[in-house]
Amino acid sequence: MKPEFILLRFGELTLKGKNRLQFENRVLSQIQRQLEPFPSVKLHKTYGRVLIALHGEPYEEVKKRLLRIFGLASFSPVARADLDLASIQKKSLEVIQAAQNKPQTFKVSAKRAYKPFPSRSMELNHQIGGYILKHMDGSIRVDVHHPDLELHVDARQEGAYIYSEVIPALGGLPIGSSGKAMLMLSGGIDSPVAGWLAMKRGLKLEAVHFHSFPYTSERAQQKVIDLAAKLAVYSIDMKVHMVPFTEIQTRLNQQGNNHLLITFMRRAMMRITEKLAKKREAGAIVTGESLGQVASQTLTSMDVIGRVVNIPILRPLVAMDKQEIIQLSQQIDCYDISILPYEDCCTLFVPKAPSTKPNLRVVERIEAGMDWLDEEIEKAVEGTELITVKADHKEEETSDWF
Amino acid sequence: MHYFDHSATTPPHKEVVRTVSEVMSQVYGNPSSLHRIGVEAERLITKARQVIASCLKVHPETVYFTSGGTESNNMAIKGIAFQYQNRGKHLITSEIEHPSVYECFKQLESYGFDVTYLPVDATGAVKLEDLKAAVREDTILVSIMHVNNEMGRIQPIAEIGRFLKAYPKLYFHVDGVQAFGKVPLRLNESGIDLLSLSAHKIEGPKGAGVLYCRKGVQLSPLLAGGGQERGFRSGTENVPLIVGMAKAVRMAAERQAQTAEYLYKLRAKLLACLSEIPNVRVHGSANEREMAPHIVHFSVPGMKSEVLLHALEQRDIYVSTRSACSSKDDRPSRVLLAMGLDRNEAASGLRVSLAASHTEADIDYLCRQLKEVIQQIGNIHNKEGMKE
Repeated sequence: MKPEFILLRFGELTLKGKNRLQFENRVLSQIQRQLEPFPSVKLHKTYGRVLIALHGEPYEEVKKRLLRIFGLASFSPVARADLDLASIQKKSLEVIQAAQNKPQTFKVSAKRAYKPFPSRSMELNHQIGGYILKHMDGSIRVDVHHPDLELHVDARQEGAYIYSEVIPALGGLPIGSSGKAMLMLSGGIDSPVAGWLAMKRGLKLEAVHFHSFPYTSERAQQKVIDLAAKLAVYSIDMKVHMVPFTEIQTRLNQQGNNHLLITFMRRAMMRITEKLAKKREAGAIVTGESLGQVASQTLTSMDVIGRVVNIPILRPLVAMDKQEIIQLSQQIDCYDISILPYEDCCTLFVPKAPSTKPNLRVVERIEAGMDWLDEEIEKAVEGTELITVKADHKEEETSDWF
Repeated sequence: MHYFDHSATTPPHKEVVRTVSEVMSQVYGNPSSLHRIGVEAERLITKARQVIASCLKVHPETVYFTSGGTESNNMAIKGIAFQYQNRGKHLITSEIEHPSVYECFKQLESYGFDVTYLPVDATGAVKLEDLKAAVREDTILVSIMHVNNEMGRIQPIAEIGRFLKAYPKLYFHVDGVQAFGKVPLRLNESGIDLLSLSAHKIEGPKGAGVLYCRKGVQLSPLLAGGGQERGFRSGTENVPLIVGMAKAVRMAAERQAQTAEYLYKLRAKLLACLSEIPNVRVHGSANEREMAPHIVHFSVPGMKSEVLLHALEQRDIYVSTRSACSSKDDRPSRVLLAMGLDRNEAASGLRVSLAASHTEADIDYLCRQLKEVIQQIGNIHNKEGMKE
């Protein structure tokens, strides 16, 4: 069976009224942008439902892209038949035969929106169900209570729409519906996953990456861009702020108090990110921190580091196990990039025994003595380079060689 | 010029030539270098691996770059044999393999391995029953080609793969050099552990090939050194050829179905013409779907194939003979003998191999010239009273 349409369903059924409309429109504009490579595709909004008309564009490719849309709850490939009983029966049989996982039982749920059509809904159920039973040689039974497959037939003036498969989509909220935040993107496994989860709850993200060239390599930066490109699959593009961190890092390192080095670094990064957030009109910072993974992620450390900024710090991974994080990372195709072994600025100059219980007063007192710090933070913000990464960024540069 | 020897090699696609030349001059870095010149080259290699992997529908980590079909075959066969010899020393292949497979096994025999060479039937196909009978407790490798390079018979790779799935300790290698881009192959779920490909058979550059090696399979490397290609194949990557190959693989994979349909049409036309020439015998299976779409192999008993080849060459037509290794040594093709042809037939084999760039007019021209040449040589033979 070759689907001609795709029926869309939106998530978060609790939303009502004006919010719901706004929500749908945001999802639809995301879908439109995702489906730009398929110019023949058209969106139809009628009677409170949304149909994608494929007009010959490949269903499998469109499906792949629909699975990247936050705010879409599920969708169904839909076949169309002319509005006469024989055509409807024939197409219905095709849909059942093409069904995944060989259903053992089925039921037909027909609706007759177009009243001049001679068969009533109940009659249609029998006429279609009977036809299927006759042609499936006993390999499928009717079960009206718990069918493996429910065949929907919707008889409308322009034709009958027939579908059975319901494909779960990502769910969540459409990107941008919850505002904007800065994602601290390191190049490890956690931060892209945190970003993805934040996007799923409707945040539009811009990534912030700290590099310490020449201590970190070009490859480490490339890795971050590649990760941003993987996130951009879901948001079409992703801005990455590349912050030069070498000066601050080396000066902090010369400062002594080695066991507090990570705390100082993380606080400086937070301050820079907050300044960038203000510039870019973002309302929060998203990090990949999870409780208790490393020295800087104890409750005390999070407290001391977080206090340096005045906007919310969101930590979507805070309650997740490493294994769960890795699974998600693989699911969004970031894992293989994340595990590439390039030094990033967090693994440089790591003290042998970083403090797991930094004392806020001590930290603040030492920082107060760093008269150069404010100026260097300003400089880092000024020197930040803004890159826009697209989902298929690599193809663009060298595609005609391949 | 009428080139009908595409199974020997193909003229590179002009897009491939452009890619190779641009990459060669613009991206000269060593992919292993740490600086950005190296990073740039490494990115091209990564991208090429992704492109080829997605054409084969496999994971990029399973794609290894080599210098061509011969190396891929050597790397797979000896790599498995040496790596897993403590499991057993029995290997299975067929009598009709390409020399880069066949001679590997001959060499391994001299190292103390035990090799079973499966026979083929009259159409040139390995039989699953023969394989079933040959598999033993100590068998560690089965290597069967997908399409035979001399007469174009498609081998029952899918059946063999399905059967061998029941033997997890045994590896299945397929020489896919002649098949890729012509005959479809679904690597996933096929039971195939290793697959060899060559770039220059599909309008790519010479000197580049691929070995697909399923995840979890280890190979004892033939080339030790800097640990490139995950340690399976050391040596600085040939970036321009690899990128050019990726392009060729992509084009071949995308067009496979159309190419095959078109070539089957040309092939049928050529066969119809050959059937009109007396004394010509076409080899392989009569069922065209058991044959590769681009290869036609026939013999004209009594006429030595070199004579035919050069007579056609005079008419600007280029075909191939695999019948004799040298003019003095009248040793006929091992493959044709394995199919049960007599020495006389086997010594007069000619191979015509087609490409999508051929037109029906090309086939018409070839047919006319073939008829004339065969008649002409036949007359000379009769006059001189030569015996068959």
